[in-house]
Amino acid sequence: MAQSASSNTGSPLSAQEGWQSAVTDWSSDQRAFKNVPWGKALMWIFLLSDTFVFSCFLTGYMTVRMSTTVPWPNPSEVFALHVGGTDVPLLLIAIMTFILISSSGTMAMAVNFGYRRNRNVTFILMFVTALFGMSFVGLQAFEWTKLIVDEGVRPWGNPFGAAQFGSTFFMITGFHGLHVSAGVLYLLFIAFKVLRGDCDRSGNYQIVEIAGLYWHFVDLVWVFIFAFFYLW
Amino acid sequence: MAHAQAHGPTHAAPAKTEGQQHPIGIYFKIWGLLFVLSALSYMVDYLQFEGYLRWSLIMLFMLLKAGLIVAIFMHMMWERLALIYAILVPPSVLLVLVALMALESDYTWLTRITFFGQGS
Repeated sequence: MAQSASSNTGSPLSAQEGWQSAVTDWSSDQRAFKNVPWGKALMWIFLLSDTFVFSCFLTGYMTVRMSTTVPWPNPSEVFALHVGGTDVPLLLIAIMTFILISSSGTMAMAVNFGYRRNRNVTFILMFVTALFGMSFVGLQAFEWTKLIVDEGVRPWGNPFGAAQFGSTFFMITGFHGLHVSAGVLYLLFIAFKVLRGDCDRSGNYQIVEIAGLYWHFVDLVWVFIFAFFYLW
Repeated sequence: MAHAQAHGPTHAAPAKTEGQQHPIGIYFKIWGLLFVLSALSYMVDYLQFEGYLRWSLIMLFMLLKAGLIVAIFMHMMWERLALIYAILVPPSVLLVLVALMALESDYTWLTRITFFGQGS
């Protein structure tokens, strides 16, 4: 197991020569993804399918927003926070964005230190990433509570404008929040495996990089949600 | 970016390293860039830009951020082309879906206006 895993990594194959190399890899009658561990290839394929799920939600959101004849609520005002006597537009969402980007940064560092075989630093960085993820989910819970309890936004209507605002908001951010929550559990699981020394025994830190792929994807989806739902 | 290229595939060879091993500085730079780009896209809303200026700036910052995350943080720029194509080409069909649904929603909007009038 460890043997086959370590033979997959290491130095890249011969230098890439444009698109012909892709054709050669795919038609080589062997594994198409050379030098890519199976876990990483499967995570990429899972993320590809997840891309389509989120794209369907966002396209559905576009469709209802374009087709409604009622004015769409202004997200800038709906998501404003009241700070120091004035309404700062989108403040909460901006904080959440910076938290998620910071978590992506610490995750990238964790992968890097994993490949340096630095067990403790990898664990700490993954744990910090999970903490960022938890604070993101916490802020989202706060945001949902504010919207549902204080402002009366429901999936079937809201006081600001088009009724579709609520349903798309809860669907898209809810599904993303679910991904973040699952990611936090996943990260903690892998982090404690690292701390236990599993990676040092198996001879590689690939599981950290694979967990990192998932976490960066969650951040990536947020980039699109932030642009299309909150800013548009 | 040129810095990353120089330390990319050619540098990953030493026997005791494995997988995606890159100098740590690149992650800090990209991290900083993502912060700046997020701040800029927030400013688009804060400064209340409207219309095409707003939409094009949002798209620009969004695509830059997405590209940086996929290319550097997810190590896509150091993968082989076979994987890059397998992951990045299929989502392009989504553009067809978006185009179809945009046409459809225009038609829906038009029928709503025609048959129900404003505000339904």
